Amino acid sequence: MQAHYGYKDGSGDYFIIIDTDKCNGCGKCVNACPYGVLELIEDEFDIEGGLMAAVTEEQRKKIKYSCGPCKPVSGERRLPCVLACEPKAITHSW
Amino acid sequence: MSEKSREFWRWREYRYTMPDMDWHDTKVVTAGVDIGSVGSKAVVMLDGELYSFAAMRTGGESEETAIKVMNWALEETELKTENVPYVVGTGYGRVNVPFAKRTITEIACHARGAHYIYGPTVRTVLDIGGQDCKAIRCDEKGKVMSFLMNDKCAAGTGRGLEVFADLIRVPIEELGKTSLDVEDEPPPVSNTCVIFAKAESLALLRQGLSREKVAAAYHLAMVNRIIDLLTRVGIEKDFVVTGGVAKNTGIVSRLERNLGIKPLEPKLDPILAGAMGAALFAKALYEKEIGLR
Ligand code: SF4
Ligand code: SF4
Repeated sequence: MQAHYGYKDGSGDYFIIIDTDKCNGCGKCVNACPYGVLELIEDEFDIEGGLMAAVTEEQRKKIKYSCGPCKPVSGERRLPCVLACEPKAITHSW
Repeated sequence: MSEKSREFWRWREYRYTMPDMDWHDTKVVTAGVDIGSVGSKAVVMLDGELYSFAAMRTGGESEETAIKVMNWALEETELKTENVPYVVGTGYGRVNVPFAKRTITEIACHARGAHYIYGPTVRTVLDIGGQDCKAIRCDEKGKVMSFLMNDKCAAGTGRGLEVFADLIRVPIEELGKTSLDVEDEPPPVSNTCVIFAKAESLALLRQGLSREKVAAAYHLAMVNRIIDLLTRVGIEKDFVVTGGVAKNTGIVSRLERNLGIKPLEPKLDPILAGAMGAALFAKALYEKEIGLR
């Protein structure tokens, strides 16, 4: 499942997308994120359960700003969350 | 009630039990309780078929509301909550359903419920709830493939419509129809944040615009915002709308017009989709528990 967290406003699309089929619930992205944007939650989508990464409810409304410091306007982009994730479950829409 | 104190936002609470079904000869009785920010719903199923249900306003105490709505759904059935071996809680207040064994997110429940109501051809589900709006893509089994939840503000939600109904003094259940009573569509209000949209609508009314026109402008703004969400997850046929706002023709017909896709007509009340999905998950969980699968 592709879980989209975020919003769209007048200036653009701000979504963090987690591929829950790839996510193994290791929590490395949570530890790597300097601004507390991510958390591990109980997988409540299926009867099997387990853990998966998600954007915290509070952050869903402001990731454009929270993720700002990780995203240089120029030069190579190295997002701590994306780099930490071995199965490559995290993408950003902007 | 005098015109002044009339509560235009108030929608009808109701319950129903299928007359020709009997729980005595069923194997599995399960229930789903969906505690939304505005409305709470309970659905009881017999072997995975809709049996009894109730929908009411969520009170200040979600736990109390959960007990009330479940009791109301069971009212004419001679069943008691303790006779239902597996209950799943869903919705924003899902952790406050004291008699639920498990919780499942409303996103999964709406997809599953839409699959039950509309059949396996459903691929895109738009759930417009009291305080948020979700665009969901699902497969032929009703399993979520992709979703997007918009909780930036109460924009384009049931609560926003309730506030608006009160503002222009049109009962909530007639609001959609009123908004369609215009010759041509006015430009949308520029803001869908409830507070600003309210101020803007008031200004339009003062400028002498008719209630119908202001309603049209408000609905159109909501629809534009919803379409933004839907395009992000991608719209594939069949398309359906669930949640309380699915009954607002002003929203649904504008969605159809502006998307060029006609949403399927529901056979059952789409406000119950989340609770139905929860009751179906409860069935799967119960069968797993007792070793049936
Ligand atoms: S690092 Fe990747 S796999 Fe691990 S929890 Fe985060 S998203 Fe999931
Ligand atoms: S981009 Fe930075 S702030 Fe945003 S989620 Fe990734 S690590 Fe956290």
